[in-house]
Amino acid sequence: MSESISIEDIVAGARLLAFGLRPKQVPSRDLDYAGLVKRAVEDDAFRELTDAIAEGLGLTVLAVSARTGMVLGPAEESVFEQRFDDYARRAMTGERRDLERVLHGVAHIAVAALAFPRPDDLASETYVGRVSVEQVDTVVREACLMLATRAAEAEEAGDPLDDAPELERVWRVYSRRPEAMRTKDGRLSPSTTRGIISKALKFLAEQGFLARMSDADGGTYRTTPRYQVQVRELAAGRAFAELLALQVVTVTDPSGSLHIVPAGDGRSGDV
Amino acid sequence: MAEIALQAIDQVTIAMDFDRGAGHDDVVKRLLPFVAAQAPDREGGEHAQVAQWVLDNLINVGSTDRGFRVLYGTFGRTGEYERRVWDFRLLVELVSADGEIYLRASDEAINVLVGALDTDVESAQIAAEVKLENLIKRGRLSDAQVAAQQARYRTVQYAETLRRKLEATRRDVRSVDWEEEVPDLINDALVHIEDRYRYENAILTNITQTRDEAEDPARKLKAAELVEIVADCIRRHTQLQARLQQAGSTFRFEQDRQQFSGHARRAVVDLFGHLLAPTLDLTVAQAARPVAAFFGGAAGLTPPRLPRLTHLIEQLLKSPQDKNHLLGEVPEPELAPLPDPEVFTDEQWHRATELLELHEVPRRLSGLLADARLLDPDLPWLVALLALHAVSPEIGVTLRHGNDQVLLAVDDGTPLHDPEFGGSDLLVGVARLGAAEPGGLAADDALRGEAVA
Repeated sequence: MSESISIEDIVAGARLLAFGLRPKQVPSRDLDYAGLVKRAVEDDAFRELTDAIAEGLGLTVLAVSARTGMVLGPAEESVFEQRFDDYARRAMTGERRDLERVLHGVAHIAVAALAFPRPDDLASETYVGRVSVEQVDTVVREACLMLATRAAEAEEAGDPLDDAPELERVWRVYSRRPEAMRTKDGRLSPSTTRGIISKALKFLAEQGFLARMSDADGGTYRTTPRYQVQVRELAAGRAFAELLALQVVTVTDPSGSLHIVPAGDGRSGDV
Repeated sequence: MAEIALQAIDQVTIAMDFDRGAGHDDVVKRLLPFVAAQAPDREGGEHAQVAQWVLDNLINVGSTDRGFRVLYGTFGRTGEYERRVWDFRLLVELVSADGEIYLRASDEAINVLVGALDTDVESAQIAAEVKLENLIKRGRLSDAQVAAQQARYRTVQYAETLRRKLEATRRDVRSVDWEEEVPDLINDALVHIEDRYRYENAILTNITQTRDEAEDPARKLKAAELVEIVADCIRRHTQLQARLQQAGSTFRFEQDRQQFSGHARRAVVDLFGHLLAPTLDLTVAQAARPVAAFFGGAAGLTPPRLPRLTHLIEQLLKSPQDKNHLLGEVPEPELAPLPDPEVFTDEQWHRATELLELHEVPRRLSGLLADARLLDPDLPWLVALLALHAVSPEIGVTLRHGNDQVLLAVDDGTPLHDPEFGGSDLLVGVARLGAAEPGGLAADDALRGEAVA
């Protein structure tokens, strides 16, 4: 189809995008889908056409392969964008919205960080990560402890200021939040860190990024290839750019920075 | 209350071992004797309430953070006065492996018990044991008991530190220096336990002897309690040791599971080091944008939903969609209907029914209200409501229930003069249901006639 673009080609390209909009469909279960993916992989012109349709719709084609299927990312301000405000909305009154938002956002970053602990895991096509609520909570808590230790060592002005709560560090907010509370009906309390993480995991599972494996450790999930692509090609880059804009640049070893520090106080995590 | 609170922290601390702590109900149960001793003339139910109240307040139930916050003032670096807050918790709620919620005492709380702030755990333990040995030697048993208890708190605290260390080992094996650092850590811990074990056994022999030789019953009791405490310490150390021995196999298991792999490296973001840790170190205000950016990228798409005409009404009537179902609330929906709040007591109902037992002669609502007001200030409301209900009684239902009379109220146009109510001064009477057709219109009419007459 290199010479001219036929209407059929455009329909086929748009149909491939439509498959990509249904996150739980995989090419291996749908012949039509598999055929379109194969065509996109082999036929560069068709791939270009598909990319162009996606761009016009406000989408970015992050990957097309038989393993991942069609992975689409929303362009910024696109109609397809998942709104963070909607996600982090809570019915409870009297809580500080900014704190809730940040905690929910941190939970999502932490889930990704635990699903792909090393940079290699994010790059390796065949890597399947495992995350559980407990794991995520513990690692974030220990990262917070480590930052607390570092702050204490640096003798920064200790406790947060009373009149400027927005200047409080995120790790303080996270470590202050309890991991669990007893509720009358035994359900998970939504304002605890476990509740927040569990919400993130379930949400990602609904989006087809994680697959639930068991109820162990508050819910254990494995990653799907789509999640890897999504985090690698889109989320990490965007968040990193925001951090760069805040002039927060961290240089780390290529082996990754999620370490155990057995000596000293035994906190895991090293920056 | 303060005494009970201290007691509660004590109970939680004692129940803390390697894996978990105390359940809420256990703590309440153990507090009961103390509450009962403080107020022996009150009922058991009240004791339980008091115990629960103290426990809830120690956890600070009701606040989002389940903690306490103290404001203090200090001079900042540049010399100006600053108000800062210090957050702490006393009892912390945690989740055990089987999903149950239990309590552990925070370091702050344990320090309150030990009465020593910010002491190094290990040196404090040695100091406590030297003190304990001396006290036993000199025969001061009640002091020895205090010292032994302190030693036990220290043991618990030490186990807690080790537990955290082991968990860190279990989580990620790749970057652990398994050649030197971890074995050193475990060895140190085992040596420590060996020391303590030998030491505590010596103390145990010593005080068991004291116990057996003592003649004064009080002294015997003291010694017996000491034996218990030290035996508990030994048990805890044994448990800790078992855990340490498993650490090696845990590591090997995790090593197999997590598999070492070396793939071609690409320049990708190190999620933990580049994103998570720096984000946690930002201020709340700064972090808002990076987290939102990450979420936007990682959360995937929401295809906009097109409204369909057939579903339009349904969608418009739907309450705003909340993502709360992601919090695990769906698996256990609350299906039990809420009980209706009892506005009127049984006694009020009884009185109202008595008032409305009108034989043959109908009465004006105003008179009934006045009578009711004499009995109980809230009663007129119930009477008024019953009278209103009687304007259109469910005759069919009454008949089906087999009752042969029904309360009936009729409006004959007289206005009601009452300080609390307005409207018509209804004629309230009891109508006998004599008609054969159950619930029929004819019966209804006949009844109405009878009541008005």
